Amino acid sequence: MTSTETNSTVAPARKQLTIKVFGVGGCGGNVVSQIHRMGFGGAQLIVLNTDSQALAQCPLPYKFNLGITLNGGLGAGGDPERGRAAAQEDEARLRELCTGADMVFICAGLGGGTGTGAGPVLARVAKECGALALAFVTLPFDCEGSRRMRQARLGLEEFKAAADGVICLPNQKVFKLIDENTSVIETFTTTNELLAQGVRGIWQLVTRPGFINLDFADLCAVVRDRHSESSFANAEAVGPHRAKEVVEKLFANPLLDGGAALGEADALLVSLMGGPSLTMAEVNRVMDQINRQCENAHLIMGAAIEEALGDRLTVTLVASRRPSHAADLPQAAAVEKAEPAPASRGGSDFETLGSAIVAKPVARSAAASPALEKVAVAVAEFDAVGAAPVAATRTWRSRKKPKAVHPELGLETVTTGPFQHSEPTRHNGVNLDVPTFVRRGMPMN
Amino acid sequence: MLNLFFPKKTTVIVGLEIGTAKVAAVVGEVTDGGGVNVIGIGQCPSRGVRKGEVVNAEHAAEDVRNAIVEAEKSADVEIASVYLGVTGGHLTSLNTHGVFTSVSLDHEISQQDVNEVLANAKVFNRPSENYVLHSVRQHFTVNGQAGIVDPIGMLGENLEVDMHVIHGVTTRLQNHMRVVAGLNLEVEQTVFSGLCSALALLDNEQKHIGALVVDIGAGTTEYVIYAEGVIKHTGVIAVGGDHVTNDLSYGLRMAPARAALLMREHGAATLDGVADQTLTLTSENGFPDRRVDLHDLRRIMVARLEETFQLIDGEIGELGFHDQLRAGVCLCGGGARIRGIEKLAGNVFGLPATLGRANAVGGLRSASDDPELATAVGLVKYGAMRQKGNQSTGLVGKIKGFAGSLGLF
Repeated sequence: MTSTETNSTVAPARKQLTIKVFGVGGCGGNVVSQIHRMGFGGAQLIVLNTDSQALAQCPLPYKFNLGITLNGGLGAGGDPERGRAAAQEDEARLRELCTGADMVFICAGLGGGTGTGAGPVLARVAKECGALALAFVTLPFDCEGSRRMRQARLGLEEFKAAADGVICLPNQKVFKLIDENTSVIETFTTTNELLAQGVRGIWQLVTRPGFINLDFADLCAVVRDRHSESSFANAEAVGPHRAKEVVEKLFANPLLDGGAALGEADALLVSLMGGPSLTMAEVNRVMDQINRQCENAHLIMGAAIEEALGDRLTVTLVASRRPSHAADLPQAAAVEKAEPAPASRGGSDFETLGSAIVAKPVARSAAASPALEKVAVAVAEFDAVGAAPVAATRTWRSRKKPKAVHPELGLETVTTGPFQHSEPTRHNGVNLDVPTFVRRGMPMN
Repeated sequence: MLNLFFPKKTTVIVGLEIGTAKVAAVVGEVTDGGGVNVIGIGQCPSRGVRKGEVVNAEHAAEDVRNAIVEAEKSADVEIASVYLGVTGGHLTSLNTHGVFTSVSLDHEISQQDVNEVLANAKVFNRPSENYVLHSVRQHFTVNGQAGIVDPIGMLGENLEVDMHVIHGVTTRLQNHMRVVAGLNLEVEQTVFSGLCSALALLDNEQKHIGALVVDIGAGTTEYVIYAEGVIKHTGVIAVGGDHVTNDLSYGLRMAPARAALLMREHGAATLDGVADQTLTLTSENGFPDRRVDLHDLRRIMVARLEETFQLIDGEIGELGFHDQLRAGVCLCGGGARIRGIEKLAGNVFGLPATLGRANAVGGLRSASDDPELATAVGLVKYGAMRQKGNQSTGLVGKIKGFAGSLGLF
């Protein structure tokens, strides 16, 4: 969406990204503390809360007590309305905090008062200040009751409307990551760590230059204006079979529903990072596996070398899924309008990175204007051609088939034969009933 | 009344396996020396089972009846009860650990302490709908001294035990039992098929130095790891020979029945010496009708079999069992009939692989030579072991057992 503006704007060379990470509410504060513990040099960490007691316990230097006159520093009492009111009261201060940031991460636990109410306000303010607002939120455990869940759902909707992208971690899914003996503290540490990893992963994604570079604009293309939740997963492996293992771990990640989320995703951002020993064959192997899982998705990939990683290979993945079929059309347009950005990208990565940020406010102000319509129309041709087969092949089975490697076999009809009516044998998200040679993409003579 | 004079039933043990490809019933008797002799075999192609689980009870019941009748004829006995082999992708296995601190004054570990620690080890979280099929004790640890088989009479306070537990969805296990119960046969016990195959194949030495048994059935592949004389790990993958057939039928575009035939005649788990070879297939009328690339056929088979082994290999590698398997890999089940499979398994696991023979029993040669019968033979072996255990339960038990054999209770 920003391609034309990008090229016309003279970008300042090597602009350093300013990133701020906000933790809103109790959970948000914990996540930010966790990020702090993990060591996170490139960003400023700020904790916002309505509860001054919780703030006092937080080890971070930058803290701000929201709505001190409204609630007297006693918290929002689980009421999102009070959380929102507190944030609105201090809106000027929030604006001050967000000014100058290129990217704002908002970590919050939904379901309570502060995170649910104040979070979206912060997201809106951040966006108004010209930053890309990305929210990392958790949904409450089922056992916390339906009221909290309802509040959380409402909060999530507000977040989706206010922020550029929302990455949502339903706590219930964390159950699959922990075993029965995990203590409460460890469980919450796990969720905090997951969110912290998410923030860190995305931060690395956009700030590190790579040999297949991913930048800010790519991230925007995947998350922005999708009005849907994104899933996030991260995996790491070492050793000679790390390429294979890392993909297996990734697909086994419960946050991706055992790989099912990939099949549903319509936009996907994949970032690989490894030590200097990372080979192209490994990159290829990983991407091949991921590609196979999500045939229809708009996929953006990046690969980078990080000396500190040594022998390790990490993969970070952000998947946005379409919300529903009814919303398919605007979604498709969103994908298309994002598409030209990576294509026009070339030359110095940093330049584009900088210019994308400079151009961003322009793009955003234009987003509601007819200019967007024009872009959408301009790609409508492509859309019409591309969308039809996509729609036709959106069945469970067709997603499994590899790209037309050997079309003469008529892979459209891949069935699981006699196993069609029995429970599929799944292993790490792979349906073992589908012939192995089909899954491995072995061409037959 | 006949029972009074011929209390044969107690010594006749029947193993019944309702497999995906066939139903097999093996009749064995316990000899005076405590060994097991196979005296009769009954088999019938199975139609009501998919992936090791009953999907059509009516067909399954019919097939079981046929197999039992054949076994009765061949052994010349009347079968009243069976040991039933079960499998299926829903089975889960795990190792549990139990701890108990004895409070006795003399620090001597009693039977009661052992019962307590075993009970503790059986407490673990499982889905409420699941039923524990087996809980096999591995080793006891007394005051930190590991690897103890029988701690009773030893001195110590801290008693620990490692156990291997196999559990599965109750309703799906009951489907098998219902089929058998519907034929007025009593089910003595349900046993995990993989366990039986291992019992049939491995001798004591192999169990001690460590062995992996892979039973490649038509619907499922089971594996069992024995080391230090105990079961270390078990597992089921719901992939088997039917998958190979389906892959071939799909890849070579032919009916599954024909693919199965082709696999038996020309299939092998190796790619050696098949480059650029083609097969000319003849139609039902005896005319050549199409050609099949032998290389493709083999590649499809190798891909599937290799993958299945790799899945198992990954599992045991994760648990770190590779170093303990000094006796290598033992293959059985219908899949073990595929030519070159032991070589493929050897390459994947990096261990010597052999085709297992049911050495644990005597009697009919065909029973021990047939890899498909390993599970049913193992069931008989299991039954024999269990009865031996039951008989040594004291005088009361003996009288009860004897009276039971007379049909008094």
